[in-house]
Amino acid sequence: MDALILSRLQFAITTVYHFLFVPVTLGLSIFVALLETWYINSGSYEERIKLKKLVKFFGTIFLINFAMGVVTGIVQEFHFGMNWSEYARFMGDIFGAPLALEALTAFFIESTFIGLWVFGWDKLSEKMHCLCIWIVAFGSNLSAFWILVANSFMQHPVGYEIQDGRAVMTSLLDLVTNHYVFGEYSHTFFAGITTGGFLVIIVSAWKIASDEVSREMFLRTLRRAVLYTFVGVLGVMGSGHLHAQYLNEANPMKLASFEALWETEDPAPFAICADINQEAGRNDSEITIPYMFSFMVHNSFSGEIKGINDLQKEAMEKYGSGYYIPDVRGMFWSFRIMVGVGGLLLFIVFVMGVISFFFGENIKKFSCCFKCMPVLLPLPFIANSVGWYIAEAGRQPWIVVGLQKTSQAVSPNLSSGEVWLTLIGFTGIYLLLAVVAVFTAVMFIRRTKITEEEKEGI
Amino acid sequence: MDLNIVWFILITVLFTGFFILEGFDYGVGMLLLGRKENERTQFVRAIGPVWDANEVWMITAGGAAFAAFPHFYATMFSTFYLALFLMLLALILRGIAFELRGKFQNHDWKLIWDGAIIFGSFVPALLWGVAVANLLKGLPIDSEMHYAGNFFNLLSPYTVLAGIFFVLLFAFHGANFLILKLADERMILLLKRKAAVLGIATWAVYLLFIVASIFETDVMSKMVGVLIFASALGVLLSSWQFARAGRQKSAFVCTTVTIAMTTVGLFVALFPRLMVSSLMPEWSLTIYNAASTPGTLLIMTIAAVILVPIVLLYQSWTYKIFKERVARID
Repeated sequence: MDALILSRLQFAITTVYHFLFVPVTLGLSIFVALLETWYINSGSYEERIKLKKLVKFFGTIFLINFAMGVVTGIVQEFHFGMNWSEYARFMGDIFGAPLALEALTAFFIESTFIGLWVFGWDKLSEKMHCLCIWIVAFGSNLSAFWILVANSFMQHPVGYEIQDGRAVMTSLLDLVTNHYVFGEYSHTFFAGITTGGFLVIIVSAWKIASDEVSREMFLRTLRRAVLYTFVGVLGVMGSGHLHAQYLNEANPMKLASFEALWETEDPAPFAICADINQEAGRNDSEITIPYMFSFMVHNSFSGEIKGINDLQKEAMEKYGSGYYIPDVRGMFWSFRIMVGVGGLLLFIVFVMGVISFFFGENIKKFSCCFKCMPVLLPLPFIANSVGWYIAEAGRQPWIVVGLQKTSQAVSPNLSSGEVWLTLIGFTGIYLLLAVVAVFTAVMFIRRTKITEEEKEGI
Repeated sequence: MDLNIVWFILITVLFTGFFILEGFDYGVGMLLLGRKENERTQFVRAIGPVWDANEVWMITAGGAAFAAFPHFYATMFSTFYLALFLMLLALILRGIAFELRGKFQNHDWKLIWDGAIIFGSFVPALLWGVAVANLLKGLPIDSEMHYAGNFFNLLSPYTVLAGIFFVLLFAFHGANFLILKLADERMILLLKRKAAVLGIATWAVYLLFIVASIFETDVMSKMVGVLIFASALGVLLSSWQFARAGRQKSAFVCTTVTIAMTTVGLFVALFPRLMVSSLMPEWSLTIYNAASTPGTLLIMTIAAVILVPIVLLYQSWTYKIFKERVARID
C-alpha cells in the first residue's frame, strides 16, 4: 500500500476515533450544565448534597471523555499538515481561517473554563461555577460549528475563487452561511444531544438496577435524560431529512449513491435493500417502494432524481475523464444502518420513558433488563460513525468537491514506511487508551454512591 | 507595515505565549521525576487548572500558521512528520495522564501515569527545541517547498543542543513556578537547590547554543538577533542569581523574560523567512511566498486583534482565582 491509501486510512481511523468522544462532549456538557442549574436552584439540604454529587458524578464521566476528545483533536489538527500538505497549500487560505477561529474562540474558553470548573468548586460562587460549565458547553458546540464550516466547504465550496492554482476566500460570510453548514451542524448537534443523553440513560438504568442506595437519584436523572434524548433523536431525524433533501441540489452524487439509484428516474423508487454491482453500474436485484424516494426528496409523488450513471457523465463533461462515483455499496448500507439505529434509539427511548414515568414506583422490577442495558450503549456511536462515513466517503474521489482530488492532496515527501509506522503507532495508542478510559469510567460508575452522607462519595 | 509582517509578529506572539506558559508546565511535568507520590500530587495540582489552556496556545499557533502562512504550515508539519508523531504520542499520554492519575487510589496506577507525564513533558520540550533550531539552520527544501530529506536530517549536534537547551530552560522555569505555587516548605527547599543547579546549567548550555548558532546559522547577518540572544543570556543569569538569593518572583519573571526574548530572537533571526532552505536561499519559505491572500490575512488580523486580548484577560483571571499555594499533602 502506498502513502496515499495509508494516509487515508490513518485519517479515517483518527477521525472516527475522535468522533466517538466529540458527540458525548457536545451532549453531555449541556446535560451536566442543566444538572448543575437544577442543583443551584434546589431547596433542601439533603437534596442539595445529593444533587451536587450527581453533578460531579456525570461531570467526571464527562471529563474522562473530554480528555480523550482533546488529545485526539490535536492529532487531527496536525494531520492536515503532516499527511495532507498539498491540501493545506491548496486550501490554506480558506480552511485555516475557521480552524484558527476555532482555536481562538472555542478551544481557549473550553480549556480555561473546564479548569475553573474542575478546581473551582470552593473558589467560585455557586452561580459563577455553574456559569463555567455553561461556557464549556457553549465552547464545545462553537468548536463543532467552526470545524463544520470548514468541512462544509469541502463538501460544497462557496465564497471562493481559484487564483494561481489554489482556492482563495472571497467571503468569510459566504463560508459561514453556506447552507451545507446548517445541515451538518444541526445534524451533529442533535446527534450529540442523543449520544450524551443516551449515555446518561444507560448509566442511570444500570445504577438503578445495581445500586440500591443511589436508586432514587438515578431514577430522576433517567427521566430527565429520556426527555433530553427524545428531543435529540427527533432533531437528528428532522435535520437529517432536511439535509438529504438539500443534497439533491448540493451534492446529488452523494444522495444517489447512498440510495443506490443508478439511473435518473421520475418518480424515483426507494430501495429497501439492493445487491449492488458497482462495476456494472447497476443493482443486480433490489426490493423497492415505488414513488417513495421522490416523495422523500420532493414531498410529492413525482419529481426527478438524477441517477449515478448520468451524474458520472455530467462529471466527465465538467471535470474531464475519470471515475467520479464513490463506494456505492458502503454508502448504501451505511445509510441503512444509520437510519435503522436511529429508529431503534427512538423506540428504546420511548420504552424507557414509559417505564420511568409510569412505573417509577416499581422500577425495581425492571432490574434484570436494566442490568443488560449497557450492551445497547454502542448504538449511537455506530450511527455517528457510519454517518460520517457517508459524509466523507460520499465526496470521494474529491477531497474538496470539484476542486481537488484526494490523490492530489497527500504530502509528497512521505514514504509508505513512515506512514505505516505512524498508522500502527496511533492505532495502538488509541486502542490502549480506549481500554484504559472505559475501564476507569466503569470502575468509577460502579463504586460511586449518590447518598445524602456528606463525606461519602465523590 | 503590511499584513504579512503583522502576521509574522502575531505568530511570534503565539509561540512566545506557548513557550512561556507550556514551558513551566512541561518543566513541572519533568520535575516529577524521582519524587514521591504525595510530592508528585502536589506538583500536578499546581498546574492542574491551567495546563490545558496553556496547551491551546500551541494549537492556536498551529491554526494561525495554517491560516496566515499555509505553505509554512504544510512544509513544516510534513517535514517534521516523525518528530511530530512522537510529540503527538507524548501529548496524548500526557493529557490522558492528568485526567486519569487521580481516579484510583493505587500507587502503581499513579506511578504509571506520572511516568507518562514525565515522558509527555520531556519529549515535546526536546522536540520543539530541535524543531526551531532546524527552522533557523535550514533544511533541504526544494523549489516546490517540499522537504527532500528524512528524519535523520533533523538531528544534528546543533539541533540536539537546542533541544537540550529547551528542556533545561523549561525545567528551570518550572522549578521557579513551583516554588511560588507550593506550600510544602520541605519541597520548596529542595526545589530551590534544584533551581540553583538548573539555572547555571541552562545558562551554560544557552551560551553554547548561541556560540553554535553563530557557526551553524546566519544569525550574525542580523546583529539585532544576536543582541537579543545575548541580553536573554544576561536575564537568565539574573534569574539564577535571584533563585539563589531566594527572590522567587523575580527569578520566575526572569525565566519568563528569557523565554520571551529567546523566541523573539529566533523569529528576528528568521525574518522575513519562516523556514530556511539549505539547498538554495531563494527556495526558503518567506512571509510573502508562504502567505495567504491579503483578504484572509485582513479578516484574521481583525479576529486576532479582538480575540487575543480577551483570551489573555480571562486566562489571567484564572491565575488570579488559583493564586493560593497548593496545600501540602502527606
